[in-house]
Amino acid sequence: MKLRHNKNFTAGAVITAVMLAVILVGMVWTPYDPNAMNGKAKMLAPCLAHPLGTDNFGRDILSRVIEGAGATFVIAAATVAIGLAAGLIIGGLTGYYGGWLDECLMRLNDAIAAFPSILLALVLIALFGSGKYNIILALGLLFIPSFARIVRAEVARQKSLDYVALAKLMGAGDMRILFLHILPNIVPVLLPSVAIGFNNAVLAEASMSYLGVGVQPPDASLGRMLGEAQGYLLTAPWYVLGAGAAIVLLVLGFGLLSEGMGGDYGAA
Amino acid sequence: MNSERVLEVEHLTVCYADTNVFGRGTGYEAVHDVSFYVNHGEVVGLVGESGCGKSTLSKAILGMLPAKNVTGTVTHYTKRPQMVFQDPRSSLNPARTVGWILEEPLRIFGKYDAAERRRRVADMLARVGLEESYVNQKPAQLSGGQRQRVAIALALIQRPRFIIADEPVSALDVTIQAQVLDLLWDLRRDLDLSYLFISHDLNVVYSICDRVLVMQDGRVIESGTVDQVYDRPQHEYTKKLLQAVRDEV
Amino acid sequence: MLVTLLLISLLAFLAFQIVPGDPTTKLLGSDYTPERAAALRHEMGLDRNVFVRYWDWLTGFVTGDMGASYSYGMSVEAVMDGKGVVTAALSVMAWLLVIAISIPLGIALARWQGRRIDRAFVAMNQVFMAIPPFFLGILFTYIFGLVLKLFVPGGFVGPGESLWGFLGYLIFPALAIAIPKAAMVTKLLRSSILDQMDEDYVRTAYSRGNSRWGVLRGHVLRNAILPVVTFVAMTLADIVAGSIIVEQVFALPGLGRLLLASIGNRDYPVVQCIVVIIAFVVVFMNYLADVVTQTIDPRVRLG
Repeated sequence: MKLRHNKNFTAGAVITAVMLAVILVGMVWTPYDPNAMNGKAKMLAPCLAHPLGTDNFGRDILSRVIEGAGATFVIAAATVAIGLAAGLIIGGLTGYYGGWLDECLMRLNDAIAAFPSILLALVLIALFGSGKYNIILALGLLFIPSFARIVRAEVARQKSLDYVALAKLMGAGDMRILFLHILPNIVPVLLPSVAIGFNNAVLAEASMSYLGVGVQPPDASLGRMLGEAQGYLLTAPWYVLGAGAAIVLLVLGFGLLSEGMGGDYGAA
Repeated sequence: MNSERVLEVEHLTVCYADTNVFGRGTGYEAVHDVSFYVNHGEVVGLVGESGCGKSTLSKAILGMLPAKNVTGTVTHYTKRPQMVFQDPRSSLNPARTVGWILEEPLRIFGKYDAAERRRRVADMLARVGLEESYVNQKPAQLSGGQRQRVAIALALIQRPRFIIADEPVSALDVTIQAQVLDLLWDLRRDLDLSYLFISHDLNVVYSICDRVLVMQDGRVIESGTVDQVYDRPQHEYTKKLLQAVRDEV
Repeated sequence: MLVTLLLISLLAFLAFQIVPGDPTTKLLGSDYTPERAAALRHEMGLDRNVFVRYWDWLTGFVTGDMGASYSYGMSVEAVMDGKGVVTAALSVMAWLLVIAISIPLGIALARWQGRRIDRAFVAMNQVFMAIPPFFLGILFTYIFGLVLKLFVPGGFVGPGESLWGFLGYLIFPALAIAIPKAAMVTKLLRSSILDQMDEDYVRTAYSRGNSRWGVLRGHVLRNAILPVVTFVAMTLADIVAGSIIVEQVFALPGLGRLLLASIGNRDYPVVQCIVVIIAFVVVFMNYLADVVTQTIDPRVRLG
């Protein structure tokens, strides 16, 4: 059992590390300018000069996929950051203080969690409008409940431990206890959830942008590219494959990582 | 030994209100009408089987329980009494280093700069018999005995005059127990401390305490000097406890 | 459950009341004057109390009168006519596919645990779980539509024209939704069976001389299937959500496409209706999942 988990973790770590390395390199250097058009090299099939071929404007698809993956990753990171930060505060306070507010928020949490996230994201987008920042905001809001739930449960467990009682006896204030004493103890529990969060954020961003309600031109994103590429399915199928494979690799890497750390990937 | 008080407890009762399905209270008393005192320099033992209310009593004394559950008066004649718990895996923050844990009360106190805090931590570690290099370790990297020494250092670094030790050696091996008890004994002398020493183990209490209180079902049923209670127990329950210990040996 | 439904509908209603922007601007277009807008607002009842409007809307919703669409110039129920059937058929078909694929596969893999075929499938499962349904849909369009010509992309046939043509066209979209979910269920079932195989009663059954397959069929499956049933019931909600996206890939005229178009047009009465309908389905399915779990497993009691 242990070995299997470690295998997952190793595979996930390798995939994620490679993707991150490519994304980081892509931020300073890509084989071609992702937006440079080349009239003489339209719709090229994969070849040595263009490993993933070119699109209808003669743009290098590999470069575009790298750029798109970077954009998708940044959006996912921002989304997870919002969800995590707000989840920590809300989950921390409700877990620490309990009471009726805790009850209410958890009921709300249950209601939101029972709901397909893509539908909620669409509702929020309908309210906010589309675009890169709105999608980050909408998805970030959606991620708060799941993080808040985990943080709350763990804080509630930790606060009954003796070290918290001793901290009170020392005269530490509630916020000091919550953020300096308890918080470092819940990080290990949070890590798999952060990996799942990335996994879900990449999927959600790609779906929304594919549907045309997420990232808008000229901003890049894997989902938007996939939507664009679908139009050239017959003439340039490698376009779809490149963008799609990048999404699958990102999702797979984070999924395996989370599972390797003991998270429940399938149920997410 | 003078008879200056460090702690006086009068008619302390701790009542937990259980509400049944009809919302009606069916309270039960974890501690019932307990009165006792601890004199300066004394080690007072509190013995009883687990679940008799010892730990609840100690928490009530330190004001760790909600006020609505506690009646009676607790008078502290010293500043800042401290507590040593049974399980240092729970009482020492697992995510922090020994150095951070020991500096924390000094940071909260707020009067010392970083260099002074480190100096005091090193002093205190030396006092409890640990090397200074342990400051960079996490509690999980230490042995059980070392952890309990850190827990004692954490209590002492706040310069208390009175310490409540709740089963401080029960989680340790017998040989380590003796070492930690010796340490507590020496510290009492060197730092002029008084202890309320809570334990289920009559042998441990016998070896360190001056006076002893026996608790059963939330009540103190017998009290006196260690010799009185061990040689001439009055209460049937105390006799039973002592007989059980003697049968073991 | 009824309370949850009411709460959801109220929230959905309120959410679309606080959006900035006055629908009358859009409806009047170039005819816009403040007087006309005010008249129209009165006519549409927009100048009344929010809760009065919610009550009107809710009673209308329940009796099938869902108000007027802003952009299509007809009632919401007329706009939605026939769309629900497509989404419902697609979701149910995908859900049945999930069951049809994962139950036999999960059992087979558990039976062949450790063999090469098991290990290959377990690895593949991980990959399939990571493929977003819409990407799978695009791949299917290419492979089965453009290369193998098993269906005509964009050649949707309405259920009224030809029921078989309709269902036939839905197979590939349904597969695209079903495969990632089926991979999850297969994985869950396989590990659930393997967990059961470690239990004492299974060892006893072995020691009585039963074969692995005999033990599996006779003892293990009943217990192993429990957590899976709950999960499968819960996936229907995700599948409905997944169909919103996949409808876009295959150009299916369902609720999902209408929802997206309406979001683009800021046609809030339509968005609101679709959201509430889907929400109702989801809540109902989760409730059903609870009931089913409780029925087959008497140990679980609803709180």
